[in-house]
Amino acid sequence: MIKSEQRKATIAVLVDNEPGVLARVIGLFSGRGYNIDSLTVSEVDAAAHLSRITIVTSGTEMVITQIKAQLQRLVPVHRTSDLTVEGPYVERELALVKVSSSGETRVEALRIADIFRARAVDSTINSFVFEITGSLEKISAFVDLMRPLGLVDVSRTGVVAISRGPDPI
Amino acid sequence: MAQDRMTGSEILVKALVDQGVDVLFGYPGGAVLPIYDAIFQQNQLRHILVRQEGGAVHAAEGYARSTGKVGVVLVTSGPGATNCVTGLTDALMDSIPVVCLTGQVATHLIGNDAFQEADTVGITRPCTKHNYLVKSIEDLARTIHEAFHVAKSGRPGPVVVDLPKDVMTALGSYLPPAKARHRSYNPQVKGDLSRIEQAVDLLANAKKPLIYAGGGVINAGPAASQLLTNLADLTGAPTTLTLMGLGALPASHKNFVGMVGMHGSLEANMCMHDCDVMLCVGARFDDRVTGRLDAFSPGSKKIHIDIDASSINKNIAVDVPIIGDCAYVLEDIIKVWKSRQAKCDGKALASWWDEIEGWRARDSFKYTQSGEVIKPQYALERLNAHLKGRDDVFISTEVGQHQMWAAQFLDFEKPNHWMTSGGLGTMGYGLPAAMGVQVAHPDALCIDVAGEASILMNIQEMATLAQYRLPVKVFILNNRWMGMVRQWQEFFFGGRYSESYMDSLPDFVKLAESFGAVGLRVSDPEKLDDVIAEMIATPSAVIVDVAVDPNENVYPMIPAGAAHNQITMSPDEQAVLDAASTDEGLALV
Ligand SMILES: Cc1cc2nc3c(=O)[nH]c(=O)nc-3n(C[C@H](O)[C@H](O)[C@H](O)COP(=O)(O)OP(=O)(O)OC[C@H]3O[C@@H](n4cnc5c(N)ncnc54)[C@H](O)[C@@H]3O)c2cc1C
Ligand SMILES: Cc1ncc(C[n+]2csc(CCOP(=O)(O)OP(=O)(O)O)c2C)c(N)n1
Repeated sequence: MIKSEQRKATIAVLVDNEPGVLARVIGLFSGRGYNIDSLTVSEVDAAAHLSRITIVTSGTEMVITQIKAQLQRLVPVHRTSDLTVEGPYVERELALVKVSSSGETRVEALRIADIFRARAVDSTINSFVFEITGSLEKISAFVDLMRPLGLVDVSRTGVVAISRGPDPI
Repeated sequence: MAQDRMTGSEILVKALVDQGVDVLFGYPGGAVLPIYDAIFQQNQLRHILVRQEGGAVHAAEGYARSTGKVGVVLVTSGPGATNCVTGLTDALMDSIPVVCLTGQVATHLIGNDAFQEADTVGITRPCTKHNYLVKSIEDLARTIHEAFHVAKSGRPGPVVVDLPKDVMTALGSYLPPAKARHRSYNPQVKGDLSRIEQAVDLLANAKKPLIYAGGGVINAGPAASQLLTNLADLTGAPTTLTLMGLGALPASHKNFVGMVGMHGSLEANMCMHDCDVMLCVGARFDDRVTGRLDAFSPGSKKIHIDIDASSINKNIAVDVPIIGDCAYVLEDIIKVWKSRQAKCDGKALASWWDEIEGWRARDSFKYTQSGEVIKPQYALERLNAHLKGRDDVFISTEVGQHQMWAAQFLDFEKPNHWMTSGGLGTMGYGLPAAMGVQVAHPDALCIDVAGEASILMNIQEMATLAQYRLPVKVFILNNRWMGMVRQWQEFFFGGRYSESYMDSLPDFVKLAESFGAVGLRVSDPEKLDDVIAEMIATPSAVIVDVAVDPNENVYPMIPAGAAHNQITMSPDEQAVLDAASTDEGLALV
């Protein structure tokens, strides 16, 4: 009756861009003990004062339904959509990855970056900053490969996502 | 047009009046002095000066629950606002519409640790349905109107509006209540018709139906209670109510099987456990009601009507969820039922009722009044007898054993006449709540059924009763213990009564007198009736100190984490309690 397997969910939330709205969303997750794997927010329509929040979370089916319902109940929330179940969607994250190395390892880092279609956006004699976009998994894989090759720092944006096809959300 | 310019305080007063507010419960202070000055200069809003801000919120809750209107609170910044946190949380848990106006330091001082500054919107974010900080006079009127809309529509709840002092003195223009729909917040009231048809299918084919209704029916207004009663009549289904739902079906209705849950009746809980179709109307499968989740009503198909999607499938997975206002949905269910000329299987229903009568015959609220001491149940049974036939009685309670006995032994024939703190269980709720009810219904008989521990939590409001000549009756079942705590310590902690004895109690008679009220005391069962009659006949506020048996426990009891059929009926069944109280259960509250 109660499905207890955990699953991941990428939830898109359209909100009024007003003070405190992010605090409401984050407070909801911390107050009710839901996971946040990734959260991004930015204004998407300045004229209509709308922001879009993308949250990657995980939980049982019942918990994810709860999360959606709890989000929808916040007064400034216009729409929520669990992209993971509501049809095909595109999910991307951008990361800046700093690697410091020399000699053969440096060449290897560059080679792998090339395979991952990462671009060097900064380089010095002994370092690179790579810019990479892709799915969460792809970026994690890239970062893992860079670890033995002199990984210094990673800065990730968190996931943004949008449904495929002509319809909104 | 210069003459249209008003101060923020004047705009606030006008907005409140336009929202139909006639009374505020409040307490002044520096940040709200401009508002109090505007209140001084008008006569459309009545202000009730409470003695602690927490009392103001409970008073507003009592006012709201007994009228169906929004209760309004006005307090100062900092400590005034933080004192409201308990009441706001209480209103959130019990879905009570309250608008709480809090003063705030001037906008340019916010964030500077100014005198009596507190981050009120930050502190109250998790304990309100929504909150606002009004930073500009241009937003003031619209925000106040929106706050009322949010507080009372959908699933009702408390809303805080934080009002910086400079905004209250600034000049701006007024905006009347907007007809426009809110941009994002528009709760759905009509239920999905195909789901409603499914619900009727299930109900009509049920052999052991049960209606389980709660506070949402009270929230939906008296019409919803009437519709619930109609549906009970049409289907013939036994109907149980939660603590918050008492009064939604008349207690005297033949289908009423009593309150459900931890201290509910045997028949209600057995119906829950054994039914094959459960119609949940405006109740939220609270843990006091469900007991052990994996043993909850294992054989039933469940229909759940709730206006808040987050209440559905939260604790219990249901088969037919219907999102909507229960008045609308019940109306549609009845329409479909009638248009199909649906009927329950009469034979099955009759044998279901036979089973129920069997449970009922065991009289699960049974107690024995004997000897010199008043049993608390007896005190309430006698009180109930004195109230019979009157329709102007409002009961509030504090929290503890007395609250459960009040729920078991007092009869509620109508909605909105029963105020109790269910979700948060706030001791100190009952006296200020009764005060708010009495303000709304000056000629009614308002009784706070209290414990001697709880009553001390907001006893200062006796002064408010005196100031406004509010004749609230406080009926204390004095067992000299935090009885509910003592009961748990007896059952689950080997009788180690850690810090639950109420030592050094005041003399409640003198206490009443010192507040200008009448104090009565009774310990002799023979004199109980006279004292109750005297309490009712006294035109002023009264405290009645009823000395009751200190060792009495509330039965039946389903221990936390146990199943409905593991119900303990009486002291002789301690073994059942022991068996049912697992380690896991003991970790629950
Ligand atoms: C000491 C103690 C013991 C207790 N023991 C018991 C017990 O034995 N039995 C018991 O029942 N309770 C008990 N309680 C109370 C319990 O904690 C809960 O407060 C109570 O069970 C909740 O009642 P409810 O399910 O009716 O929900 P409420 O809290 O009243 O919630 C109402 C539900 O209806 C929905 N709703 C609101 N408005 C509408 C509308 N217009 N249309 C449709 N839906 C709407 C809401 O979204 C919500 O889901 C006890 C409390 C205390 C303090
Ligand atoms: C503010 C608050 N503090 C603590 C509790 C925990 N608690 C629940 S019932 C109770 C005892 C209540 O005693 P009393 O008012 O005398 O009522 P009785 O149970 O004896 O009828 C306590 C301490 C609570 N519900 N509320």
